[in-house]
Amino acid sequence: MSKLNLITKGFVKDNPTFVLLLGMCPTLATTTSAINGMSMGLATTFVLILSNMAISAIARFIPDKVRIPSYIVVIATFVTLLQFVMQAYVPSVYDTLGLFIPLIVVNCIVLGRAEAFANKNSVFDSALDGIGVGLGFTVSLTVLGLVREALGSGSAFGWKFMPGDGVLVFVLAPGAFLALAYLLVLFRKFIAKQ
Amino acid sequence: MVVALGSITLVCSALLGVMHEVTASPIEAAAKAKTQNAIAAVLPEFDSLSELKTCEYGSYYLASKDGEPVGVAVNSKSSGFGGNIKLMVGFHMDGRICNSQVLEHAETPGLGAKCTEESFAAQFRGFDPAVKKLSVSKDGGDVDAITASTITSRAYCVAVENAVKVFNTVVKEESSNE
Repeated sequence: MSKLNLITKGFVKDNPTFVLLLGMCPTLATTTSAINGMSMGLATTFVLILSNMAISAIARFIPDKVRIPSYIVVIATFVTLLQFVMQAYVPSVYDTLGLFIPLIVVNCIVLGRAEAFANKNSVFDSALDGIGVGLGFTVSLTVLGLVREALGSGSAFGWKFMPGDGVLVFVLAPGAFLALAYLLVLFRKFIAKQ
Repeated sequence: MVVALGSITLVCSALLGVMHEVTASPIEAAAKAKTQNAIAAVLPEFDSLSELKTCEYGSYYLASKDGEPVGVAVNSKSSGFGGNIKLMVGFHMDGRICNSQVLEHAETPGLGAKCTEESFAAQFRGFDPAVKKLSVSKDGGDVDAITASTITSRAYCVAVENAVKVFNTVVKEESSNE
């Protein structure tokens, strides 16, 4: 697989949100606005790249029986580091996302990439894989957040283009499922034809 | 097996310990700055602020200018629709509410979360609890509730009401000290 392919496959072929349907919890919970979706995506990307690299570096020293607990410890460490750093240096972002940051630990994408890719590929390739899948996740979450924000509050990235409220249900939990389902249909129909 | 897992957890916990040391003071500073900003937003102009004090109903800060007390900022909370709503409520010394600000809440986005918005919070500015009634108009009070979020609006009123209690206790204590 070419190096470029490693990055691009996260956007369409292996898109975590619209094709693999992994990491649904943060996807549904954080996409109340485009900014929130994007921040969550970027935070996950950061963890994904670092955990992929770390795991691919140490994978051959880990006995098979304890590999899942080991991966979780590594991932949880990076997530906690991220939480400390965000709390200290970008408290405003932490205020909106704080609740969801610990959820990155149980995000199946991170563990999924560790198990499916990082533990049998080189550190460099794993980093590229992390970038690709992470950015694919970020773009998906941003689009989903944008759709929900536009329909639900009549704004895009906080900029209001429509006076008053939109269809409020799209900002609430049921709207997350609805918007995700519509986007999933469109994505499968037009972009990822199989 | 034990060695591998043991050494991984050891390295990870050491890393976390170091990072905690590094970020502890910026985190504290950020939290302090947030409180300071909230106090500045809810009080009239002041030049010195007391430490956090507590009384039986809650905790508060005393603000003064040129040695004269000008206001009290009260930390208050009540339980809303999705969890606790924490407020900072500022009072003029005559008992009128100067301003209020939401410190923390978990209300529904698009509905109860509007309690952080100017259109709702503005009606508490200059509110005199001795003259007007601190509850939503549905309950016979003088506060306009947020549309479709009566529970949040009620909770906000309860939190402000608690703050009023703290303020009254504080005023009594301060005047008996003199």
